[in-house]
Amino acid sequence: MGRLLTVTGLSTEFRTERGVVKAVDNVSYHVDESEIIGLVGESGCGKSVSQLSIMRLIPDPPGRVVAGTAVFDGVDLLQFKRDSSEICEIRGNKMSMVFQEPMTSLNPAMTIGRQMAEVMLVHMNIDKNEARERAENMLMQVGIPDPGKRLDDYPHQLSGGMRQRVMVGMSMLCDPKMIIADEATTALDATIQAQLLELMYEMVNKYHTALIMVTHNLGIVARYAHRINVMYAGRIIESGTVKAIWANPMHPYTEGLLSCVPKLGEKLLSIKGMPPSLINRPPTCAFLSRCRYRNSGCFSEPARELTHVEGQHSTACNRRLEAAGL
Amino acid sequence: MINYIIQRVVHAVIIIVLVSLAVFLLIRMLPGDPIEIIVSQNTLASYGPEYYDQLAHEYGLDRPVMIQFVDWFGNIIRGEFGNSILHNFNIGEQIKDRLTVTLLLGLTAFVISFIVGPLLGIISAIRRGTWIDNLVTVVANIGITAPTFWIGILLIYFVGLKAGLLPLYGYTLPWTDLGLSIRQSIMPIIVIALSPIASSARQMRSSVLEVLNEDYVRTAWAKGLKEKAVIYKHVMKNSLMPVITLQGTMLRQIIGGQVVVETVFVIPGLGKMMVDAFLSNDYPVVQAVTLVMTIVVVISSLVVDFLYGWIDPRIQYE
Repeated sequence: MGRLLTVTGLSTEFRTERGVVKAVDNVSYHVDESEIIGLVGESGCGKSVSQLSIMRLIPDPPGRVVAGTAVFDGVDLLQFKRDSSEICEIRGNKMSMVFQEPMTSLNPAMTIGRQMAEVMLVHMNIDKNEARERAENMLMQVGIPDPGKRLDDYPHQLSGGMRQRVMVGMSMLCDPKMIIADEATTALDATIQAQLLELMYEMVNKYHTALIMVTHNLGIVARYAHRINVMYAGRIIESGTVKAIWANPMHPYTEGLLSCVPKLGEKLLSIKGMPPSLINRPPTCAFLSRCRYRNSGCFSEPARELTHVEGQHSTACNRRLEAAGL
Repeated sequence: MINYIIQRVVHAVIIIVLVSLAVFLLIRMLPGDPIEIIVSQNTLASYGPEYYDQLAHEYGLDRPVMIQFVDWFGNIIRGEFGNSILHNFNIGEQIKDRLTVTLLLGLTAFVISFIVGPLLGIISAIRRGTWIDNLVTVVANIGITAPTFWIGILLIYFVGLKAGLLPLYGYTLPWTDLGLSIRQSIMPIIVIALSPIASSARQMRSSVLEVLNEDYVRTAWAKGLKEKAVIYKHVMKNSLMPVITLQGTMLRQIIGGQVVVETVFVIPGLGKMMVDAFLSNDYPVVQAVTLVMTIVVVISSLVVDFLYGWIDPRIQYE
């Protein structure tokens, strides 16, 4: 499997009235071809922003990608402007995105068929009839009954689950190399969520598409992903295979997340405290105030960067890196 | 859909009858009446009160008001507007000529404002914070606050009188003399269209800014559409919805506001006819003109409602 995406030192800031918010701070990761990556973290930790950054979809102002490279299929995406024709050729074509909000992510004044055909007419050299045919075929593949008739429906005539199926189908139309699913199933109820995850899993396997699953639900990731990146306060603080992380979480935050996965018959746990403000972050570990294992060293040492420990497993926890002699 | 249309048309008819009745009653409650004016204006002033009664009887004004109304409305349905009491012209023919003038000016101004206003709004929203946005904002504020007659007078003074570029007043039908007609129309149309352009530009600007933040616009970007396609296909139609509501009220304002513009530019339109009729209490003329204006307004609201359905598929006519 070849390397598909290499992100190095990505930093994204938002200029607000209260100061500069460092939403994503020096984040590096990679995605191989047809690999499924889970990007996990709680709300506001920068996981969506990091993905929108490499898609060049951060609204500017107030947002700005200030540093880093994101080499996708041999091209650095971050060198392009948000509305440049180079990035437009990649978006929706080689790399597509499924968003969190199925109710509002489709244009209410345009039929499903036209919205699906649009992406093909932009990127592929086909005519309207063929685009319609392909759209119908795709609706069938994502499990929408009576797809020929549904093409002429408007989004409001579809349920949330069906709309998200349309979004998933739309993201697959141009046979992309990578799909970013940004909390794609979060807004749906549990049964629909499971169906959609199965569907996405099937689709990416069938077409050998890489998938980045952005979510706050470790349970979802554990079932489908090959590797996991855990984000906290704008940084990746642990990275590794699902197996390694599940067996041996190295960062206290990851450990906390794992204990928060609901288990039948047990009391639901939560990580105490709030994530820190991303304006004027202290030089020490961002998880310090919530950490169960902190010691005096944690208060004086600057936060470590994500450091490789063993196998594919890396962490940014000072204490664990010390223990490993790194 | 057909049920909805029938329902709306029935509503429209009820509104028209009620407005006509209200005008019919109100104008009779005003002090003075056309007969008094005839009697006082003419050399007949020396005639006694019995002459007043005789004239009132002649015009049927001595009958009970409701009977007069039913009688008048019956004639209207048969297409007879009757004659002016003071000037004795045929009201129907007069309205036909004057409505043509008013609609020609009004609709042209309306169409222009409906194109120019939203266009300026889109440009200033997309180029937010640049000089062009500031310029549009300033001009729009002037357009909303400045009284139309004042703008009209300024234009007449500077463009017409000082620069001598355009005729000062009057109106010629386009099929009589197209060149003159266009030259005479420019200033009145600018004055009529300015306020609707200004308010729809402002409405469109804020509406576009709102829609630009919608999730489906982000989806459009994520599909790899270029800026032009995103704006044209996804932003424009959706941000037009509130503008169309506004534009619907604008059509009424334009037709109503022409009263002032026609007076300033001495244009023989319906507005001027209405002002003259009101000033002289010419009952049948006032009634006929208000009826026609009501019909125009009611039709324009109907058109707006149907436009809505075309723009927003979520609206169902039930």
